Amino acid sequence: MSFLTSLFGRKTSAPIARDRLQILLAHERAGEGQSELIARLQEEILEVIKRHISVDQDKVQIKMDRGAGVSMLEIDIEVPETKPVARTA
Amino acid sequence: MAKVLVVTSGKGGVGKTTSTAALGAALAQTGKNVVVVDFDVGLRNLDLVMGAERRVVFDLINVVQGDAKLAQALIRDKRVETLSILPASQTRDKDALTPEGVARVIEELREKFDWVICDSPAGIERGAQLAMYHADQAVVVTNPEVSSVRDSDRIIGMLDSTTERAKKGEKIDKHLLLTRYDPARAARGEMLRTEDVLEILSIPLLGIIPESEEVLRASNLGMPVTLSNPTSAPSRAYFEAVRRLEGETLDVSVPTERKGLFDWLFKRSVA
Repeated sequence: MSFLTSLFGRKTSAPIARDRLQILLAHERAGEGQSELIARLQEEILEVIKRHISVDQDKVQIKMDRGAGVSMLEIDIEVPETKPVARTA
Repeated sequence: MAKVLVVTSGKGGVGKTTSTAALGAALAQTGKNVVVVDFDVGLRNLDLVMGAERRVVFDLINVVQGDAKLAQALIRDKRVETLSILPASQTRDKDALTPEGVARVIEELREKFDWVICDSPAGIERGAQLAMYHADQAVVVTNPEVSSVRDSDRIIGMLDSTTERAKKGEKIDKHLLLTRYDPARAARGEMLRTEDVLEILSIPLLGIIPESEEVLRASNLGMPVTLSNPTSAPSRAYFEAVRRLEGETLDVSVPTERKGLFDWLFKRSVA
């Protein structure tokens, strides 16, 4: 292969540009409004957790990966030593 | 019925102002009453490209804010009598443009002209949004280059969601203008081909403007390229683009400078 490439010069770059754009834009078009959704999810999930444990806002990470077949919502919460929030009687 | 056209792109430096001047002049050269409006407040350049920089007295901001009448701010082109320019302000910033003021000015321009062509600033912020808001049609100027295509995709999304027509559930006609195209490099696989860009952006093609020395020469002279050299390759492409804007159906080809066999080889139909 390297022999062929050196014989016929570099591989053309335009098809690479086209493929990169197609993948990127498919992702970006699907992702429109996604950041807003993530922000709301983060806020609401944190609200639920706060009812039970006190957690720092910075210790919550939420990520969304959209694939062709499967999408994954990843929630990572760093819980401090489990001290339940003092309940008011 | 007047048509409002926005020339937009997202990315800067792809040829919005050059294309606004050329399309506006080409339409006016065919007898239409045309005004080109510079929305790039703070960085006005349409006046310079059109050779009217020394004739600016009042500008779009003055009219929007009621400090001048529209007729006082409009500059009539000295070469084509049906062509006028409404310059942007150089000293103010884009916050001086209010949506209500812009709506009023566009309405008044619709009554006076057949075509109102709005030259959008780069970016996706307020200035660009105001430039596209009242448009019936849009020309998306794109270079065959990855960052320009990506930004055009974003702008197409905005045209379909944030314009007045989109909000009323009506459609806005979008046209792709591929600029700085080099058919020889595209044929060698060194540049995105027209088909690639069309497939990715999926909006109809208005024209392909070949990379040409004539474009810089025209801006040096302060003339739209369709006036400085009407028979040059880019000018012929702009004249054809204008006929398509008027509803004609024409095959799109890349005009060349007609120099010799090599150029002839690459003058082929592409879409």
